[in-house]
Amino acid sequence: MKVALFVPCYVDQFYPQVAIASLQLLEKLGVRAVFPAQQTCCGQPMANSGCEQDAKPVYHHFVETFQDYDYVVGPAGSCVYHVRKHFDIIDQTPAVQHVRTATVELFDFITSILGVTELPGRFPHQVGLHLSCHGQRGLHQANESEMTPVRDGQLRRLLAGLEGLTLTELDRNDECCGFGGTFCVSEAGISARMGQDRVADHLRHGTQVLTGGDMSCLMHLEGLVRRRQLPLQVRHAAEIFNQAFA
Amino acid sequence: MSQSPTHAQRSDVFLLDAERTTWHDETLWFVRQKRDKAVYATPEFQELRQLASDIKDHTLSQLAEYLEQFEAAALANGVRVHWAADADEHNAIVLGIVRAAGASRVVKSKSMLTEECHLNPHLLANGVEVIDSDLGERIIQLRGEAPSHVVLPAIHLKKEDVGETFWQHLGTEKGLTDPQQLTEAARQHLREKFLAAEVAISGVNFAVAETGSVVVCTNEGNADLAIGLARVHIACMGMEKLLPRLSDLAVFTRLLTRSATGQPITTYTSHFTRPAPGKEMHVVIVNNGRSQQLGRPDFRASLKCIRCGACMNTCPVYRRSGGHSYDFTIPGPIGAILSPNIDMRQHVSLPFASTLCGSCTDVCPVKIDIHTQLYKWRQVLGAEGMLPASKKYSMKLLSRVLARPGLFKAGGVAARLGLRLVPHALSHAPGYNPWAIARELPAPPKQSFREWYAHQSSVSAK
Repeated sequence: MKVALFVPCYVDQFYPQVAIASLQLLEKLGVRAVFPAQQTCCGQPMANSGCEQDAKPVYHHFVETFQDYDYVVGPAGSCVYHVRKHFDIIDQTPAVQHVRTATVELFDFITSILGVTELPGRFPHQVGLHLSCHGQRGLHQANESEMTPVRDGQLRRLLAGLEGLTLTELDRNDECCGFGGTFCVSEAGISARMGQDRVADHLRHGTQVLTGGDMSCLMHLEGLVRRRQLPLQVRHAAEIFNQAFA
Repeated sequence: MSQSPTHAQRSDVFLLDAERTTWHDETLWFVRQKRDKAVYATPEFQELRQLASDIKDHTLSQLAEYLEQFEAAALANGVRVHWAADADEHNAIVLGIVRAAGASRVVKSKSMLTEECHLNPHLLANGVEVIDSDLGERIIQLRGEAPSHVVLPAIHLKKEDVGETFWQHLGTEKGLTDPQQLTEAARQHLREKFLAAEVAISGVNFAVAETGSVVVCTNEGNADLAIGLARVHIACMGMEKLLPRLSDLAVFTRLLTRSATGQPITTYTSHFTRPAPGKEMHVVIVNNGRSQQLGRPDFRASLKCIRCGACMNTCPVYRRSGGHSYDFTIPGPIGAILSPNIDMRQHVSLPFASTLCGSCTDVCPVKIDIHTQLYKWRQVLGAEGMLPASKKYSMKLLSRVLARPGLFKAGGVAARLGLRLVPHALSHAPGYNPWAIARELPAPPKQSFREWYAHQSSVSAK
């Protein structure tokens, strides 16, 4: 099985520890993923800004970079969703079609492709899970509260399996954090307010470590937490599992 | 060319009152939770949604035929049917009917269509007194405001605001905030208006092609009282309100209020099929841009909307920015896909007033792919050259960088270095960096992942 690690642009530049943890976690599960160095980005920033045409060269570059791999695994539901859903505007060559289906979110890969339903390890903290919209409603990695009261999902199950870990029960299980790509800048006021409300929900219910499967939401929430110096650690779930899985 | 304020600019005004924002958010979230309870308790809800969506798709695919069938049936029932191409024609037709009836006093039950057409100012300018009979509508009418929600038009107001308004306009005691007393004052005031009105105008929730009847759903019974008392009833409907058969209606009445307020059904679901003896009934069927939207394949599904407001209640942006921030008759996510159809330039910021979280799509009882349409409108607006120059050029630049790995790598090194060297006060200056108004930037690491990885591989190669 040829597996490529897809590291979103901002993770590569600002959160290398998340990519390192993803790589090491996969290795611990017996998967040797390679990092094709010519990769850049999925093109989502342009497309979400209404400049889909400008994103096309980036889409083609993405496909060229990853077309020879069986799986393209990335620690970011939003970017993965973008590749799967919005690469529909370029010519659907066999390579494009392959890359669209082969690109998988890290925990989707671990649970659905590798069939791993429990990860070993101990993490004795109260952990709050931020369900990212694109992973949840886009990739269907968790139940949507619009449909059912059942709170379940891949990441939630994996986290609950760690020894000593307590999951936070929130007032609003799956409300958006307000990041939204360029929304965080073009509607900065609403974006900040949404994020502050999300963080407040976690603090109110005792979260010590705020985690999730998508670093973009966490980047936004972390920025708010650090600005107000709130007693909350923000870490990508790959970091938690990699640390716990010693 | 003067630029109308953007959604973000209007939101910033709403956000200034942080407490009110919290209250607005929590109130609408409460409604969303009521909706959830009603939906969870209806095991076949997802099947109903699919059925409703299919019925609407089918109706829209043969809309002309169903409109003709409706007209023929209505005429046979003794109803007078009028066709309006746009808002002006609609207003002229309604005024014509009022004048022909020799009337000068009108009561109107809630209708987003007449808001869309700005009927009230037109009637008032022509010497007709028009009174909104829905309590929420009446409150905002007294204040000279537009509705901020399709189901809860005065949801942006607190009981203190209502007390102030009633004190000014209805002569209630100053500082009155007791909802029961305020409602009683409104009841007494409206009763006089109901009794005096010669013409009753209503909206239309559903129109049935098979029977030629219109269905009006209210919780206050105001439409029934007004129509029962007045000599002339004018029902104003958008042409997308049609359903083929009476048997289709049950699917929608089950979905409408569960999605809107969590009720199993509206308190009053009234069918109007023919005028009572000695009375007149008119139906005005309005296009006003709807056929244009029908002709846009990516956006035609927006015409399936039954105006339940569920997408507003669930939208985390709407809940924190208020309905007036959208500056359009229909606010929220659905309004943001309907408004560019009417005027792309004026409403250019609305499809961007979303994080594309998708919750609107998941609550929509007729399965409109709202967030997908928001994404598509962004592309249309981009292609039409309507984006701000700063965005347009920064995205072009970004595209060049991201399509070239060497440039991307160099750009990343420069950005991280810059962020380390530039003083915090400058990198976080709110005037230059909207991110940093409320948030810290990520702390720049010494090494990117790709640098770390290259180092690892070179070490292991040795």
